[in-house]
Amino acid sequence: MSADKAINITLKVWRQKNADAKGALETYKLDGVSTSSSFLEMMDQLNEQLINEGGSPVQFDHDCREGICGSCNMYINGQPHGPASLNTTCQLHMRSFKDGDTIYVEPWRAKAFPVIKDLVVDRSAFDRIQQAGGFVSVNTSGNTQDANAIPIEKDNADMAFDAATCIGCGACVAACKNASASLFVAAKVSQYALLPQGQVEAKDRVLNMVKQAQKEGFGPCSNTGACEVECPKGISLENIARMNREYLAASLSK
Amino acid sequence: MSLDSKIPEGPIADKWTNHKNNIRLVNPANKRNIDVIVVGTGLAGGSASATLAELGYNVKAFCYQDSPRRAHSIAAQGGINAAKNYQGDGDSTYRLFYDTVKGGDYRSREANVYRLAEVSANIIDQCVAQGVPFARDYGGLLDNRSFGGVLVSRTFYAKGQTGQQLLLGAYSAMNRQIAKGKIQMYNRHEMLDVVIVDGKARGIIARNLVTGEIERHSAHAVVLASGGYGNVFFLSTNAMGSNVTAAWKAHKKGAYFANPCFTQIHPTCVPVHGAQQSKLTLMSESLRNDGRIWVPKKKEDAEAVRKGTLKPTDIKEEDRDYYLERRYPSFGNLVPRDVASRAAKERCDAGYGVVDNDTKEGVFLDFASAITRYGKEEANVKGVENPTDAQIKEMGKKVIANKYGNLFDMYKNITAEDPYETPMRIYPAVHYTMGGIWVDYNLMTTVPGLYATGEANFSDHGANRLGASALMQGLADGYFVLPYTIGDYLADDIRTGPIPTDSKAFDEAEKKVKDEINSFLNIKGSKSVDYFHKKLGQIMWNKVGMSRNEQGLKEAIKEIAELRDQFYKDVRVPGSGDEMNAELEKAGRVADFLELGELFARDALEREESCGGHFREEYQTEEGEALRRDDEFTYVAAWEYTGNPSEAILHKEELNYENIELKTRSYK
Repeated sequence: MSADKAINITLKVWRQKNADAKGALETYKLDGVSTSSSFLEMMDQLNEQLINEGGSPVQFDHDCREGICGSCNMYINGQPHGPASLNTTCQLHMRSFKDGDTIYVEPWRAKAFPVIKDLVVDRSAFDRIQQAGGFVSVNTSGNTQDANAIPIEKDNADMAFDAATCIGCGACVAACKNASASLFVAAKVSQYALLPQGQVEAKDRVLNMVKQAQKEGFGPCSNTGACEVECPKGISLENIARMNREYLAASLSK
Repeated sequence: MSLDSKIPEGPIADKWTNHKNNIRLVNPANKRNIDVIVVGTGLAGGSASATLAELGYNVKAFCYQDSPRRAHSIAAQGGINAAKNYQGDGDSTYRLFYDTVKGGDYRSREANVYRLAEVSANIIDQCVAQGVPFARDYGGLLDNRSFGGVLVSRTFYAKGQTGQQLLLGAYSAMNRQIAKGKIQMYNRHEMLDVVIVDGKARGIIARNLVTGEIERHSAHAVVLASGGYGNVFFLSTNAMGSNVTAAWKAHKKGAYFANPCFTQIHPTCVPVHGAQQSKLTLMSESLRNDGRIWVPKKKEDAEAVRKGTLKPTDIKEEDRDYYLERRYPSFGNLVPRDVASRAAKERCDAGYGVVDNDTKEGVFLDFASAITRYGKEEANVKGVENPTDAQIKEMGKKVIANKYGNLFDMYKNITAEDPYETPMRIYPAVHYTMGGIWVDYNLMTTVPGLYATGEANFSDHGANRLGASALMQGLADGYFVLPYTIGDYLADDIRTGPIPTDSKAFDEAEKKVKDEINSFLNIKGSKSVDYFHKKLGQIMWNKVGMSRNEQGLKEAIKEIAELRDQFYKDVRVPGSGDEMNAELEKAGRVADFLELGELFARDALEREESCGGHFREEYQTEEGEALRRDDEFTYVAAWEYTGNPSEAILHKEELNYENIELKTRSYK
């Protein structure tokens, strides 16, 4: 708050009119960016400038701007969500950049995430993966058993929580040379695998979710670990190992 | 039209059970022939969509985001209340009911609040069954913490991400029904009008935000779960896309809008950094369990802190004013949100603010003593004899990191200050709106077949919401209330058949939506939508914010009307209507905020008392506390649209307190 100053930057932003159009990087100069601004506030400033000049503002996905909704997805200087670790684009601040910097901003690049416009991509494949098995089949009744009826070991509950903090942004896919969704799928598989409530449907869940990910066009996992490095929520690679164990066990017994 | 709240007869503890036993049901085979539209997929809309589909209805769910999982419930941090009494500290359904009515400063409807408290325990059972990973203690049972305005520990949580975990639970329940084909999900769609056929809500007009196409969707009933309208202030903790459009369009079609001036200003948010600020970030109320709020006792110290020449950690204990502990010894730092917010404003207005921004507004939230306290406990647990101060601090920091780690990280990210080493600087920000669409006990609005749930309705929180109760209400409405009460209405529709979309009502609604879009695009003025939104926000914050008076409110009403005129003359919306166009989306939302803002100020002007989050300077005690005027204002203000926000007609629903005595709220 106190060390606030203004910097001038050059932006190279991916512009693409629609899914069928050919895109290209456009260059923009932006002056007087406060280092206390978030990256998206800087993009707001760019858009305000474009609108005032009679141009067309850059379209990008964003909503909560608190790093939790998973909407924002910019590929900044060759990294999903930019240079800071454990961070979403909306929580990246301009103090990470210097006066005179040139910043490249691109959309996620993956076959399963087609570009809709500019920096906006279609991530509905993630929803379809969840629809294939990312749930416990329990109806709403008010008559399920008491919440404390099954004690859950704290370590397992904590690990399930850590896996469940995935925000579905797709940085793992964008970071992966194979555009694999393994970390995303594994996070959900792990959450349920670690909880007693997830056991009943565990086998179908892992088989169906993995199958759907393949069908959507996400690539295979080659254990490079780029996903874990770029994940804004620090979802651990151990989850992929757990998913693989679950998958193997399910394949052998089905 | 007179307001009928349809509160069932009988003792309060039996009302809901009796009501459920007496309302009509729809046979499972007939449910298959009935369609329900749900607008919004947060906790209220997601849970309602899933449950309605489980029951057998055909659900069409809409959200403006690219996935239902992104609704802003996801950002709720601290927790969800439930009267489970797992801690054995004397909690009960009655106590949760009492705390909520008292916390709401006696401006909520008793019967609705009791029902909320009653079903709260079912929510926790349901969520655990879904695999929501709540925090647990070493025995494997669920952990609880306390929140403001109560004297028990009834808040269930998942670190600082409770909203995320609950929403993903509701999303998973939706996914199961989407996979079955029972829910048709419309992502990236925005509702732009409700369609009324023969006096009943029978569908909506929605814009496909990818193609720009205007679509007609019909159903036998429409549920609005579209959240609150805090973004009328431009800066708030709401998501950038959160808006009033669905609720406002419904209001214009006949749904009364209740208590619009009841807004919650949350005491602990990261202060404004500058002109480019696009939104504000909340620091969970749970932090007040362990954080102590203070400002310097001496003005010169406050000034030195702002200049950066004095570190807060160098200010001696006796030179600090822990003003909440001083003013409210029995609740201390855990007073309700409205009380904490006003107290912060009082100190900053008096010149003790600690943030170096335009308004010098900010106070400290300090964890140093909690770190020491927990460090000593850990030393005992771990058997460290004669621990050094450094060891204590290290161990204490770990405990704090475990409880609030993600919040501390977020704070550091935004401000570049480390809250483990120096106190957080915080200030109140708009967070939640207690007001909303008027609904009866069945959650039906004044338009037959049109329902409102969650933050979009007004019913449960009165003039102030207690912490961890928004999640409770959203899920109570969606999982356990609406799916049953809606059956009573839909029982008449078992022979209706599909609602056609080629009727005159749909034609007219669609035309109106298209005309409005074209009008925005054709103004071709000189100023961006954000320019107007920021202007509106300034008027709202300065004159209709934490403290209000007659003169300011009258000025606000005039200024908002003028700004609205200017907007329709001079806004610039680039691009076209038949493509993805964020500026066009914003234009529609801001146009509605420009109308709502005026009604909001009018409601605040009309309510000549102070209660909860509504503080009228003319009505305060000698000590500066809110002065309620029960004789004249124990009612819900439900506004009827007449074509112009300033000419709305006020209808009053009298509030009767049969189970709780009306008292002056005291947290001293």
